[in-house]
Amino acid sequence: MSEAELLSGNEALAESAIRAGCRFFCGYPITPQGELFEYMARRLPEIGGTFLQSESETAGINMVYGIAAAGKRVMTASSSTGISLMQEGISFLAATQLPCLIVNVMRAGPGLGQVRPSQADYMQATKGGGHGDYHVIVLAPSSAQEMADLASEAFRLADAYRTPVIILCDGMLGQMMEPVKLPGAIPPSELPPKPWAVTGTKNRARNLVLAAPYAEDELIALNMELKKKYESIEAHEARWDSKYLDDAEVVLVAFGTSARISEDAVIKGRNKGLKLGLIRPITLWPFPKQAFHQGLKKVRVYVVVEMNNGQMVEDVSLAKQFETPVHHFGKGGGWVPSAEDIYRESVAVYRRT
Amino acid sequence: MSNVEIPYCPGCTHGIAHRLVGEVIDELGFFDDVIGVVSAGCSVRSWRLYRFDMVLAAHGRSPAVATGLKRALPENIIFAYQGDGDSAAIGLSELMHAALRCENITVLMINNAVYGATGGQAAPTTLLGQRTTSYVSGREPSRDGYPINMAEVIASISKNSYVARAALNNVRNIMNAKKSIKRAFETQQAGLGFSFVEMLSACPIGWQMTPLQSLEWIEKEMISQYPLGEMKIPKALAAK
Repeated sequence: MSEAELLSGNEALAESAIRAGCRFFCGYPITPQGELFEYMARRLPEIGGTFLQSESETAGINMVYGIAAAGKRVMTASSSTGISLMQEGISFLAATQLPCLIVNVMRAGPGLGQVRPSQADYMQATKGGGHGDYHVIVLAPSSAQEMADLASEAFRLADAYRTPVIILCDGMLGQMMEPVKLPGAIPPSELPPKPWAVTGTKNRARNLVLAAPYAEDELIALNMELKKKYESIEAHEARWDSKYLDDAEVVLVAFGTSARISEDAVIKGRNKGLKLGLIRPITLWPFPKQAFHQGLKKVRVYVVVEMNNGQMVEDVSLAKQFETPVHHFGKGGGWVPSAEDIYRESVAVYRRT
Repeated sequence: MSNVEIPYCPGCTHGIAHRLVGEVIDELGFFDDVIGVVSAGCSVRSWRLYRFDMVLAAHGRSPAVATGLKRALPENIIFAYQGDGDSAAIGLSELMHAALRCENITVLMINNAVYGATGGQAAPTTLLGQRTTSYVSGREPSRDGYPINMAEVIASISKNSYVARAALNNVRNIMNAKKSIKRAFETQQAGLGFSFVEMLSACPIGWQMTPLQSLEWIEKEMISQYPLGEMKIPKALAAK
């Protein structure tokens, strides 16, 4: 760890990725991921890395596919509309089990939408997104520090499980400046070996990166293998943060920007005598169901605060097996709640239940 | 090459192109360094025929995947093998931008004027008047537009590159195709930039012809729309 420095979330993420050994970035311009893209364009050539501006997000994710197939740490970043264009490629990356980092600095949709912060891509990210049966690990930072920490962790997880990893954030997290302690740099020699990579057949049998096994039973076998991997990720990698749960009667559930604001609402509520608590999923897939299984006997209602029309609320309802009322508080289209909004909604919901 | 069943229909000339690529790789001596990229279409199963590292890409995306491989492994020889639907329709953008970037990769394109794998539908390369399962009464320019001459398009947008068109319908043309494939790979070996070889190839099933009729159809109909020859040669290669 170095000394803390004042960085935007986008810069913290980008610099941390470089320190994690990422020397390749491919992407296409889109707001609000611009600062991340331009940071990489400036920084990567300085350290012998490769910045590739692609002709589309479709091409960008396929360049990522080629670089990941060669066994190198590689990332791309985009915002909502661009991530939609990448879905075919992400399905191929999942099928071929190629590790990489995809950052979605979400904007409000649907359609072209606009660049305001949003959490409307939760479903797309956590339920597969593209065609076929697959998941990718989805991480949700809620501070500039966590943008840095999770970028580094994303590459570790991607290599350990041979899977694409998505970091889901928004323009507010990307542009907010905070003191950040960047992780130390990993020397290239300490990166995990990738004996499966295509690098030429010198002194070994050939390697194949196949998104379509030849025989029907091979495809079933691949699906079984992926399922087993996803079960292992669900068992070992679910992460969350929680606050004031011991005596909480109303528990807010939120990730990223809305979690950051919900934290203020919890303090506001506590000061006014409402026993609020907070569960903040850090992994959105695997969804931290375990967070809802521990104690929490006094909880009368869960309030899921999301900057969308109601997406994570489904996972919270499933995690609670519909035993406790789960209420959604949110709006799509670029709406950002204030701590006061969340506090008032919590009071109203508490009175009703 | 591996001793496996050829995955193509009788009379298809994809197999000839594969063999030429294999021979050139051996003759230029970079078997250990070569990585091939194939994508959706008839040629997708060609990975079984070779014994070197290969990557299967999404439909049309192999020039982007090959770009990623080459940037990650600049010392390796990277080629993409594409059909005409793959390169001239769904993947036109990826192919043209790889050429515009002078990406130091080799793209080998099979032009058989139809979508073979899906049952003979029209491709951007379908000739005027040619009947397909999707241009039922034949390609009509006022409705369906005109065929695209990919080699000429690539030659016109690519600064330093090797661009050629060959045909796989008789011995002389096949020997010229091999020469072009060789020069394309030599272009990449020398680090000179993008290289592209389009090959006119028979699809008897898609065309509803016998294999012999198909070879004649290439000679009589296709070559007049798609003239053969080298359209662009990097200066450093021409001097050799």
